[in-house]
Amino acid sequence: MAEDPKSPQPPDQDQLAKAANQAGSGTPDSSTSANPKPAGPSAEKPPAAAAAAPAKPAAPAKPAGPVPQPWDSPLVDKLKRQYGTGLESWTYLGQNYLQVDRSLIPTVLQLLRDEERFDYCVDVTAVHYPKRERQFDIVWILYSFSRNERLRVRTQIADGEHIPTASSLWATANWLEREAFDMFGIQFDGHPDLKRILLPDGWKGHPLRKDYGIIQQDQEWVQINLGIDSGQ
Amino acid sequence: MTDPTSSVSHLDLEESKHTFLDANELVINMGPQHPATHGVLRVILRLDGEKVMGLECVIGYLHRGVEKIAEHRTYTMFNPYVDRMDYVAAVSNGLGYCEAVEKLLNIEAPPRANYIRVILTELNRLASHQLWLGTHALDIGAMTPLFYTFRDREEILKIFEKYCGARLTTHAFRIGGCQYETYEGFEKDVKKFLTFVAPKIDEYEELLTTNRIWVERTKNVGTISAKDCIALGVTGPVLRASGVKWDLRKAQPYANYKLFDFDIPIGQNGDTYDRYLVRMAEMRQSLRIIQQAVDGIPEGPIMAKVSKVIKPPVGEIYHSIEAPKGELGYYIVSDGSTQPYRIRVRPPSFVNLQALELMCRGQLVADVIAVIGTLDIVLGEVDR
Repeated sequence: MAEDPKSPQPPDQDQLAKAANQAGSGTPDSSTSANPKPAGPSAEKPPAAAAAAPAKPAAPAKPAGPVPQPWDSPLVDKLKRQYGTGLESWTYLGQNYLQVDRSLIPTVLQLLRDEERFDYCVDVTAVHYPKRERQFDIVWILYSFSRNERLRVRTQIADGEHIPTASSLWATANWLEREAFDMFGIQFDGHPDLKRILLPDGWKGHPLRKDYGIIQQDQEWVQINLGIDSGQ
Repeated sequence: MTDPTSSVSHLDLEESKHTFLDANELVINMGPQHPATHGVLRVILRLDGEKVMGLECVIGYLHRGVEKIAEHRTYTMFNPYVDRMDYVAAVSNGLGYCEAVEKLLNIEAPPRANYIRVILTELNRLASHQLWLGTHALDIGAMTPLFYTFRDREEILKIFEKYCGARLTTHAFRIGGCQYETYEGFEKDVKKFLTFVAPKIDEYEELLTTNRIWVERTKNVGTISAKDCIALGVTGPVLRASGVKWDLRKAQPYANYKLFDFDIPIGQNGDTYDRYLVRMAEMRQSLRIIQQAVDGIPEGPIMAKVSKVIKPPVGEIYHSIEAPKGELGYYIVSDGSTQPYRIRVRPPSFVNLQALELMCRGQLVADVIAVIGTLDIVLGEVDR
C-alpha cells in the first residue's frame, strides 16, 4: 500500500490529459483558496494560473463562474473565536463548508455534533490531488435534523498521514471510512475494524487514487484467485 | 469386529455431546448466492441455536468502480452509468445526478421538464416499492403478492418504454431537462394507470395487513429506534418507520416538489411491520403527487439552455434527493474540464445495510431474511 505512489503504473492517456488540464487551470482546491482574495499580496501563484487559465476555458460561453464567498454565521464566529486561524469558512452555490486544519479535526467534529446538533453524518469521503504536497482532501458531509442544515468539513492530509476516526461520533462513519480506506488508503486511527469493504482483502492498491489507471488491476490477485491471466 | 467400531462411535458420541453442550456459537455462512439476499450479499452469521448473536456483511461482489469510471467520462457520458446503480429505481438515480450537475452549472430545468421528471420519478418510486413488496413477501412465504405486484409494475414499465424506449435502465433525463417530449397520449396513459393501480394497492393490503402469518412474522422483528437510525445514517422509509418525519422532498425540496400537496407517512415502532405500512402509505402518496403533476403539467420547453460541451466551473457540490431507498447524494468536484474530477455517490442502500447487524442481533435466523427484505437494499447500489 505504501509502495503504491512510489511505483506508479504508466499513466494512460486519460490520466495524462487530465493531469495536463489540471496543471493548466490549477486544482480545484488551489483556486478556491486563491480566488476569493485576488487583490491580496499573496499573488505568487495566481499569475501563473491566470496566465494559463484564460487560454484554456476560452471555449465555453460562460465566464469563470461563481467563486466561493466567505461565509459568516454565529456558528462560524463561535468556531473562529475558539480555533482562530486554523479554520476558514466558505460558501459556494449556497452550500457552506469549513476548511479546517488537520490538527483541529477531532475537536471541531466533536463540537459540531455535541453543541451544534449536527447529528447525522451523511458521508465521509476523500479526493486525491497528486500534485499537491498534502495529497488528500477528506470531506465530511454533515446534516442537522433540528436546523435542517448541511455543512461540509474539509481537511487536507499528506499521503500516509493518519486521521482520527469519526466512527465514535457517528456510527455510520464505520463503513464510510472503510470505503475511503479501501479506495484511497486513508488510515483512520481508532477505527474498530479498518479493512477493505468493496475490494477483496488481499488486493493491492487503492483504485480511486489518481495514479491508479482505469484498466489497472491487481494482476497477481486475479491470477491466484480467479485462475486467469486478466480480468479484462 | 463390532467392538472397535462401537467403542469409536461411543467415543464420538461422547465427544460430540460434549462439544454440543459447550458450543454456544455456531458460525454459518449465508450467501453470496442466496435467493433471499436479493443479489450477491454474503452474511456471516454467529448463532446461538437459532438466535443471532452477531453478523457481518461481506459486500463488493457487484463492485464495478462507478466512481472511477466517472473520472474518465464526460458529464454527459456518465449519465447512463448512474442507472446501473439502483437499477430498480433508475429514474431516481438519473434525477439526482442531472440535478447535481445542473446545480454545478448553475442552471435550472424548465418547469415542464420538472413536471415530467416528477411524474416519472414517482412512478419509479411506486415500481420500486412494488418490487420490494413482492420480493419481501415472497421471502417471508407469501407468494401471491409477487404476482400481483409484478403484474401491476408492468404497466409502469410500459409507460417508461413508450416514453424513452427502455424499461429498466431508462436514462430518461438529460442534464438541463429531458431529452424526449412526452409521447402522444402520455397523460392519458398515466391517468389510466392511476385509476388502475389505486384499488390494486388496496388489494395488496387485503392480502397482508391483517394476515395473521404476516403480522406474526413482521411485528417486533428487526426493530430499530430513531436514535439508532440517525446514528447509523439510516434514511428513507426505514427512518420514517421509526418515527422521524423526515423526507428530503419536504425538508429540502428539489425539482418542483414544493408545488405538490402530500403527506409524509411515519410509523411508531420501527419494526418490519411499520416499515411495511409506511411504504404502503408512500405508494398512495406517490399516486397523489402524480395526479397533481399530470393535472398541472404546463406547456413549454423541456430543455434549459445547455452548451453541447458541458464544462462546469471549478468548484464542488453536494446534492441529494429522496430516492425510494433513502437519501441518494452526489458529491461532484469539478476542475473546470469536461470530465468530473471526482464523483462520490452517497448510496442509501450501502448506508442502510450497515444497520442490518443491529437490527438482527437477538433475533432468529428466519428473521434475518425478513430484515434484509425490509431494508430494501439493491446490491448494485451497495457495491456500485
